Amino acid sequence: MAGLEFVGVRKTYPNGVKAIHGIDMAVSDGEFVVIVGPSGCGKSTLLRMVAGLETVTEGEIRIGENRVNELEPADRNIAMVFQNYALYPHMSVFDNMAYGLRNRRTPRDEIARRVAEAAGTLQLEGLLDRRPGQLSGGQRQRVAMGRAIVREPEAFLFDEPLSNLDAKLRVQMRLEIKRLQRALGTTSLYVTHDQVEAMTLADRLIVMNAGVAEQIGTPLEIYDAPATLFVAGFIGSPAMNFLSGTVADDGAGANLDGAERTLLVAPPASARRGRITVGIRPEHLEPVSRETAALEVVVELVEALGADSLVHGQLADGGEGAAVTVRVDGARRVAAGEVLSLAVAPNHVHFFDPDDGKRLA
Amino acid sequence: MEKRVVFSKLGLPILLVAPQIVITLVFFIWPASQALYQSLLLEDAFGLKSQFVWLDNFIALFSDPHYLNSFARTVVFSAATAGLSLGVALFLAAMADRVLKGATAYRTLIVWPYAVAPAVAGVLWFFMFNPSIGILAYLLKGLGYDWNHYLDGTDAMMLVILAASWKQVSYNFLFFLAGLQAIPRSLVEAAAIDGARPFKRFWTIVFPLLSPTAFFLLVVNIVYAFFDTFGIVHATTSGGPAQSTTILVYKVFNDGFIGLDLGGSAAQSVVLMAVVITLTVFQFRYIERKVAY
Ligand SMILES: Nc1ncnc2c1ncn2[C@@H]1O[C@H](COP(=O)(O)OP(=O)(O)OP(=O)(O)O)[C@@H](O)[C@H]1O
Ligand SMILES: [Mg+2]
Repeated sequence: MAGLEFVGVRKTYPNGVKAIHGIDMAVSDGEFVVIVGPSGCGKSTLLRMVAGLETVTEGEIRIGENRVNELEPADRNIAMVFQNYALYPHMSVFDNMAYGLRNRRTPRDEIARRVAEAAGTLQLEGLLDRRPGQLSGGQRQRVAMGRAIVREPEAFLFDEPLSNLDAKLRVQMRLEIKRLQRALGTTSLYVTHDQVEAMTLADRLIVMNAGVAEQIGTPLEIYDAPATLFVAGFIGSPAMNFLSGTVADDGAGANLDGAERTLLVAPPASARRGRITVGIRPEHLEPVSRETAALEVVVELVEALGADSLVHGQLADGGEGAAVTVRVDGARRVAAGEVLSLAVAPNHVHFFDPDDGKRLA
Repeated sequence: MEKRVVFSKLGLPILLVAPQIVITLVFFIWPASQALYQSLLLEDAFGLKSQFVWLDNFIALFSDPHYLNSFARTVVFSAATAGLSLGVALFLAAMADRVLKGATAYRTLIVWPYAVAPAVAGVLWFFMFNPSIGILAYLLKGLGYDWNHYLDGTDAMMLVILAASWKQVSYNFLFFLAGLQAIPRSLVEAAAIDGARPFKRFWTIVFPLLSPTAFFLLVVNIVYAFFDTFGIVHATTSGGPAQSTTILVYKVFNDGFIGLDLGGSAAQSVVLMAVVITLTVFQFRYIERKVAY
């Protein structure tokens, strides 16, 4: 097993599309790194460059200590799980798993042993003679996993492996993948656009946007201190509320557009006088009595999820674009049209520069 | 889900299928039954009287060494033609599958020969290999091979095989290319990651997935070599020298219209008919049951 390193990696496709604008990061041995970002941001491209399915336009990718830019996929000793599983339809489950071992001239009894072991781990024992066409989606997913683990590679690459499964199976497979990776201790790179998957699986998270790694860190680091407006809006569900305003004259708070009172949370010293964007997560707003409230929100819509409810509204006299979402206890009854008085958890207020979107610290 | 249209009266449905049935009757069933009937007759050379001889024509056919020879030659010819045209087409399609720039132009060029009439294709190759003026015969002479399909039976056979395959390559190419492009790219990529080199990937992943197409084409090509190659043979070698390129379909024509043995010729066409029916049934059975995944 080995670590993985990106040094100034860029990718320009032959048709001129610039998909990756320079990624630098090191994945340590045994780490589970999740790449998350919206569709088209270059996640698959990055993964496919590690696999050797796309050339690296500029920079260097290292597996272990070795530069692999010029190596064929076959020589990189990595395994990949595809979104559509890419199982060989004309081979039995056993042959699907054994294919990579046979290509590497593994002895017969060793192949039989490893496949049996993987089949045991993944509960595929009864299915080894079937063709992929005779399996359910979840079983195919397991075979794809099995094909990766029998090879005992240096690293696993996953490209949205769960996105074709139904919600319940996805949760179950998510846990299974995590458990498996822990047990095997294999370095893994996992692409997804599902942020719950990203948060739960990752040791470290790369949040990508338009070919750029906006932030790299542990899931909680990113949740607690998003580096940019994009990351703040992308990680966390429902998404963070963004309110614009100006820094108060004495610097001890912010005057939000459409709010009567000054929000008494001091912006960081680096905040210039002038415009500022304040980010508050829905779970960090709390209904309180009118006197102690920092914000007043006119309720437009309530989504009751059971354990809690999501309240969508507008700042009491804010114009368009002052939308606010609040997560409240599910037992609390809130009706549309009502005015909700809210207090803000002072340690959970984020300030951003509205011009470049960077976090102010 | 099966969609069925139910007609309340019998008139309209009969009217709808009538053209198809009439065409089949006039152009297939009727001539075929004529051939069947004639194959049981013995006719004199002037066509004045005929005599019912049961299976005598067939017995004569299968005890005639010339016919059995022709049968063997046809098997060689079909196998070589099908093999050559399938092999070349598969190679070209595998290459074309990777071409990115100018792919359409490349494909169009490869498809052109299919539009050429068999006789014209034959004449084309005939001239290129002409021992006195042909460019290819000239080049071969440069290599020390004295090509002469007028005198040498093997040369003549190679000439018709070349001409017949050349024409069929385009057709096979189209099917192979479509088949190749229907194979998901991720399968080949998965195989690459699984440590298979290009050659191995082709034989263990691509080719097995292409085998339904390949099998279909094999049958089509054999049928083509058996029946559609009359024009090519006629325009190049006329079955010679010394009957070395007289394949079955050419012999039907030769014995019937030149030799005027109508009964024997009809018996030969019945045998050919049996061959094509067998091949077709085989193809339908096999393709639907076995080769599909
Ligand atoms: N083969 C290709 N040729 C040219 N451009 C490509 C190619 N593959 C991807 N792109 C472009 O590169 C960019 C990144 O694509 P990529 O597939 O990496 O996105 P992604 O983050 O994986 O998206 P998704 O979540 O939808 O899978 C996109 O703008 C895409 O259009
Ligand atoms: Mg992708």
